[in-house]
Amino acid sequence: MSEKMQVSIQTTPEDHRIAQLSAFAIGLSVMEAVIPSPLPGIKPGLANIVTLLVLERFGLRAAVWVSLLRVVAGSLILGTFLSPSFVLSFSGAAASLAALALARHLPRSWFGAISLSIIAAFVHIAGQMAVVYLWLIPHAGILYLAPIFAAAALLFGTVNGLITAKLLADGENTIPARTPKTQP
Amino acid sequence: MLQLIKTGDWLILFAGMIFTAWLFATLWQGHAADKAVVRSGGKVVAELSLSENRSFLARGPLGTSRIEIRNRRARVAEDPSPRQYCVKQGWLSQAGEAALCLPNQISLELTGAKKLYDSLSY
Repeated sequence: MSEKMQVSIQTTPEDHRIAQLSAFAIGLSVMEAVIPSPLPGIKPGLANIVTLLVLERFGLRAAVWVSLLRVVAGSLILGTFLSPSFVLSFSGAAASLAALALARHLPRSWFGAISLSIIAAFVHIAGQMAVVYLWLIPHAGILYLAPIFAAAALLFGTVNGLITAKLLADGENTIPARTPKTQP
Repeated sequence: MLQLIKTGDWLILFAGMIFTAWLFATLWQGHAADKAVVRSGGKVVAELSLSENRSFLARGPLGTSRIEIRNRRARVAEDPSPRQYCVKQGWLSQAGEAALCLPNQISLELTGAKKLYDSLSY
């Protein structure tokens, strides 16, 4: 049996798109890990821009894939896979995806990407704080950090939302919205 | 850039600001008080726990002052002092807060794990 085994996986154009966008998000989170932070947990969350863009362009399913792939692959690259910091980024991502799944049904003429970004940022840190409290530090003392985290969520949520809104507006003509699945 | 922000985005932004400010206001205030210290002529006459609703009568040179404790707050309910400053001060709830009834030499001070401030000067 000298015949070489070749395994080929059937991939759809959507798989390729998700892989590309995830790679972009992973790149942003690895880049961001280099930036020193005054308090563990305070990060700009630039990868969330990708999640929001994907949500707006390609829908919730793609956003969930991109976000979770980013968390898993990003932690593999940074060497934090299955460590507390992985569990925290996973719970933050899961919480904000759940919030986005609800918030995307807000009337779109009123609430744009900035609203989604701010909501996601707040729920992200709330989910992480809940896990920290229930699992790592069951002490009411972490509540004293909540105002700082909330302020950071507000700031970075707004900035990321603005960037997303700008990118969405700029890409209005160049990127077709909700690309049909049959596109090669 | 500004035209990218929709009306609802402003609403969410302001809601976030109010929520953050509220968190700062509620979580970063001084520790809640847990005891009320009553002094007469500078000497401690009673240390009352705030967890129990009760009244305490403190005697001073002018007469009797009544200290009242209710729902983790304390106040001077009655006092023979002419200007009634300490009575008008109302309920105290934070550690470090104090009501002084100078003519009757009665003071009520709340203490907790951490004081909001050590001294006050006017």
